[in-house]
Amino acid sequence: MAQTSHPPLTLRQKLTQLWEKIATNRRLLPILLVVGLALSFLIPEFNLVNPYVQLIMMYVGINIILTLSLNLINGYMGEFSVGHAGFMAVGAYISAVLTTQIFARDLNPWLFPLAVLAGGIGAALIGLIVAIPSFKTRGDYLAIVTLAFNMIVKSVIENIEAIGGPRGIPGIPRLTTLPWVFIWTVLAVWVIRNFIYSNHGRGVLSIREDEIASDLMSVNTRKSKLLAFTLSSFFAGIAGALFAHVLQFISPKVFDILKSTDILIMVYLGGIGSIGGSILGASIFTILLELLRPLGMWRMVLMPLVLVLLMLFRPRGIMGMREFRWFVPIDDLEATRRWRARKEAGDAAASS
Amino acid sequence: MNDVLLSVQELWVSYGNIKAIHGISFDVHEGEIVTLIGANGAGKSSTLRAISGLIPYTGKILYKGQELRKISADKIVGMGIAQVPEGRGIFGNLTVLENLKLATWQRKDKPEIARDFERVFGIFPRLQERRNQLGGTLSGGEQQMLAVARALMSRGKMVLLDEPSMGLAPVLVREIFRIIGEINQSGTTVLLVEQNANMALRAANRGYVLETGNITLSGTGAELLGNPRVKEAYLGG
Repeated sequence: MAQTSHPPLTLRQKLTQLWEKIATNRRLLPILLVVGLALSFLIPEFNLVNPYVQLIMMYVGINIILTLSLNLINGYMGEFSVGHAGFMAVGAYISAVLTTQIFARDLNPWLFPLAVLAGGIGAALIGLIVAIPSFKTRGDYLAIVTLAFNMIVKSVIENIEAIGGPRGIPGIPRLTTLPWVFIWTVLAVWVIRNFIYSNHGRGVLSIREDEIASDLMSVNTRKSKLLAFTLSSFFAGIAGALFAHVLQFISPKVFDILKSTDILIMVYLGGIGSIGGSILGASIFTILLELLRPLGMWRMVLMPLVLVLLMLFRPRGIMGMREFRWFVPIDDLEATRRWRARKEAGDAAASS
Repeated sequence: MNDVLLSVQELWVSYGNIKAIHGISFDVHEGEIVTLIGANGAGKSSTLRAISGLIPYTGKILYKGQELRKISADKIVGMGIAQVPEGRGIFGNLTVLENLKLATWQRKDKPEIARDFERVFGIFPRLQERRNQLGGTLSGGEQQMLAVARALMSRGKMVLLDEPSMGLAPVLVREIFRIIGEINQSGTTVLLVEQNANMALRAANRGYVLETGNITLSGTGAELLGNPRVKEAYLGG
């Protein structure tokens, strides 16, 4: 980009420059986090927006966690998991049983993080058990296993009377608050982003690209897959636990295949292999679904139509395989910038 | 003659009912360039896949006297056998640098890795220039160089090359063979599988001719180049 352009900058160029400044300034990140956290406390405290909007904000956060966790498997690792609601159910039920039957009621607000964590860990363990046989073979196998898993979880819960069977668990205390959703969402983004740019994460990416070559590069593909799947199940469980304590009532029906489909839609809407895309996909889907609520039945016609159009005109989703610069490690970013600068200098020298 | 580094004994490979390799045996000594030449479907790639632990087989493959059969593919790479697979196996959506870093996945010795990066960029200055470019956007020759560079980054004591000349212009083929010689000079043992018998035999110390799963001829590179049967079948008369 030549900075010596004589004509005055158009508004559009000015805006682009401003955006460049914002998008590459990492010092803004901690400020944004503090502001976000403060807002998440202030909004419910002073009712800055009405409770309905607050509810939607919590759903957006929970859906971001779900989308990120599924994107790790379907986007970054290139496998196809379709039963994510099953892991959500495990997290939701474990945490709900803890807060309604085991923890003392008045200690609940203090023990809530423990309940959420227990939900996540339970889901992670189940995830590991599902993953061990599934990753012995390659290809579409995982899709079938996870589909079956989703159904099994549903019918197992339906048949355990101690946790309400098909009637579910009513009267769950509303412990999920805006600050908690904010904290868990930031944590999920941070952990998954750091995983992807780690040595193990690079191994996961190489499995998507070419598994045999990845074996030949000394990547322990089996270990990488198990690790990624367990991490993904963990965050699905966390999201399930948060979800149960917003909804205040859970039943096996809440976590059926349709719920899994919703998560898939958010992943492919936002774009595979992208953290920024997951955040956008989850937010747009959740908000759009609420905006379309007045349409009633027609909502269920319009939403698939939007998806079909998306697949036709943007098959990779909004951000497919691309990333917000904020999420890219500074080393990679700097290297890319230098390479571009040198290439441009080279081009300029060649043309003169 | 140096010590035997790799010893293949009575190797049988079959895909379902089809036998691809019929009990072949050969040795590779330390510091050598050995080539397997043969037509399509002779079993050259299957041999390399068996050595790297990618396909099941019967018979014995010994590396430094240790049997490889029960060892998983990623551990075999860790032991020092690196393969440059047919079709290169470049990770198209990852950058050149990420491709190279993947080859060091199991290694923990950071300062050594940094030194290896310098060495590899010394051999392939082109890759250093393009290190932030996506692997899929490289030209065919550059991709082949990247594939070879990855094998070096994984600290292969022995490099298995599967058709490095495939799909490359003659100038690039010569360049690749020059690099193979250079790598060998620096102490890496090379097992080279090629259809381009002429180039391969010129570069190699010894060679084996593979025909429909059997070794039909063996000898030094020069002997095989002069052999009338080889001349007729692989060197175009």
